[in-house]
Amino acid sequence: MAAPTSSAPLDRPGALHHRHLLDLSTYEADEIRYLLDTAQEFREVLDRPIRQVPTLQGTSVASLFFEPSTRTKLSFTLAAGRLSAETVSLSKSSSSVTKGETLKDTARNVEAMQVDVVVLRHPSPGAPHFLARCTDSVVLNAGDGAHAHPTQALLDVLTMRTHIDSFEDLSVSVIGDITHSRVARSNVQALTTLGATVTLCGPETMLPVEMEAAMDVRTTTRLDAALDGCDIAMALRIQMERQDAGLFPSTREYHRQFGITADHLRRHPDLLIMHPGPVNRGIELTDAVVDHERSIILSQVTNGVALRMAALYLLAPRREDA
Amino acid sequence: MTPHLLLRGGTLLRPRPQTTQDADLLIRDGTIAAIGDVPDVDDDLPVYDASGMLISPGWMDMHVHLREPGYEHKETVATGSRAALAGGFTDVACMPNTDPPLHTRDVVEFVRERAEDTPVGVHPIACVSKERAGNEIAEMADLRDGGAVAFSDDGAPVPTAELMRRALEYSSMLDRPIINHMEEETLNPSGQMHEGAVSARLGLDGIPAASEDVMIARDIELAALTGGALHVAHISTARGVELVRRAKARGLPVTAEVCTHHLTLTDAAVERTGFDTNTKMHPPLRSAADVDALKEGLADGTIDAICTDHAPHASYEKQVEFAHAPFGILGLETAWGLIGRELIEPGVLSVAEAVRKLTVAPRRILRLDAPQLAEGAPARLTVFDASTEWTFMEDDLRSKSENTPFTDAEMVGRPWAVYSDGQFVECGAA
Repeated sequence: MAAPTSSAPLDRPGALHHRHLLDLSTYEADEIRYLLDTAQEFREVLDRPIRQVPTLQGTSVASLFFEPSTRTKLSFTLAAGRLSAETVSLSKSSSSVTKGETLKDTARNVEAMQVDVVVLRHPSPGAPHFLARCTDSVVLNAGDGAHAHPTQALLDVLTMRTHIDSFEDLSVSVIGDITHSRVARSNVQALTTLGATVTLCGPETMLPVEMEAAMDVRTTTRLDAALDGCDIAMALRIQMERQDAGLFPSTREYHRQFGITADHLRRHPDLLIMHPGPVNRGIELTDAVVDHERSIILSQVTNGVALRMAALYLLAPRREDA
Repeated sequence: MTPHLLLRGGTLLRPRPQTTQDADLLIRDGTIAAIGDVPDVDDDLPVYDASGMLISPGWMDMHVHLREPGYEHKETVATGSRAALAGGFTDVACMPNTDPPLHTRDVVEFVRERAEDTPVGVHPIACVSKERAGNEIAEMADLRDGGAVAFSDDGAPVPTAELMRRALEYSSMLDRPIINHMEEETLNPSGQMHEGAVSARLGLDGIPAASEDVMIARDIELAALTGGALHVAHISTARGVELVRRAKARGLPVTAEVCTHHLTLTDAAVERTGFDTNTKMHPPLRSAADVDALKEGLADGTIDAICTDHAPHASYEKQVEFAHAPFGILGLETAWGLIGRELIEPGVLSVAEAVRKLTVAPRRILRLDAPQLAEGAPARLTVFDASTEWTFMEDDLRSKSENTPFTDAEMVGRPWAVYSDGQFVECGAA
């Protein structure tokens, strides 16, 4: 079996102390760094003419997507393919879920087909944790409600790492609907574990109560305060249905209070801009900001495949002895 | 049937006025025939060695869900009664959120008929509103005549202040309390757990403490307006305890109960168990500060009764994603061991005070006579101790369902046996 390169980290299999990737709350800094280092090496694989390695030949990966997702699903599928794993996928419309089968039974059926890894996207927080209890497969969380999206956070952190010297000196602000954001929560866990300082900013109606007690963060409802001394600003997508729920009055007002504009970039000449996508242009970020040279949104997407290859590589059971 | 029985060597604990007495207790034809030193009796008389054990009037859990009619796959009157006996309870009051709900006299009588074969006294609580729909008050007088001990739309609050006002007025003429499920539902349309630091971390929609406090405050003012008896179901918040404390100080006819799980677990359990749905109930597990306030409220008498809100759900209903799972957990079998561990051993309540909250207090709220430990009285009693340390196992459950977070939990104090309606049942035997 060929490791993508011969560098040190991959000679230490088992350096992750976890069997699953459910959330990052118990992942330690050295585990996160190991995932990032591995992903960095896979990025190099992706730059080769033949972008496939035989590492996971014979390993099967099932994607269970109970919620629409284009990019995450595509990214996991590509990642599994480039590691030569077999992939099957089930999405809510095509699965027996609509026939009333429980998640438990769906998972056990998938497991009976001897699937080694389940990649789960689900609208309910904790669904991957539940799944991990009722199957023997390795579970990778591809987003569970507002709770966690660990691979997205890790790829965000990977993207940041290429632009900074050290996480210890890094100040990141996450701006938007924090309450409903799994991306925000997982980013906070990854970043604070690595030593970065995180500020969460949004309208009071979209900041969870007791957030500063819940996580090692500072919260503010003023965009200026969030951008002051900030190295990287990550804007989150605003879901229009939150307006119907009365959490903000209008996209117009949201943009005026929390939208990042070219003017902000002028005032903060070193500020980098991220966004987990898809961007509502003109709401979270103006066109000029999305397309600005200091926007690193597209490199987030490329890193997504490499990071998911790393997660599969480090967590999937190996078939090479079979 | 066990019409005759000698309980040898126990200690009688009478909750009010509080006395203890080391004595044998002889039962003849289901009635307490003698208390004191009972000399050797005929060979045919069954003797139970109660040495080292306490004997109190039979315990009552004033808030359980027996699920019959309509949800017999979760629990029945028969299986729920076995759970009660396993927990040391001779009496339960069952909530009306069945299908059909206990909103007409025939359904109330049906439940009482189903309970005829069990030694457990099953006291139905009937609906406040027709169809339990929260619009018009039910036929409360007829329901009372059919055996209803109180009125509640439990599982849901009485939604409008107007309906609550009329319910309190009407029930006051019947001398029966209104038991309200205290949640202002518009404050937590999709809430899954207590709103606080843990829900913030887990991304689960929160149920703020204010949802309960607002409703308790509303109902206390309506009790003041009407003079009707208000009972606060499963109180769970520090502020709620304070509101009830002040209401009592004003002399209002307000009482309250607290569930064993709200004294035992906090919202941290949701995270610690990795979203185990047996940590999901209404009201939700609250913060540590709330738990402390509940204990204070018990100790100073603000909270009258201890109950369980025994809420069985089938495994296939609970073994799902957290947000999809129904609210509620079992309680009858684990109640006393948790009371011992959380209240008696740490000195929050004495054994006698705890027993009072399971015997005299719930019956006073429901206008029932408490059983007496006196010669000539019907024998209705619980044999227990407050010191045995043991571990609760799934095998200890007698409910039809298994939805408890307390499997493998440490318990202090154990119910040993129950005598009721001429039957002697060792806890866990049936």
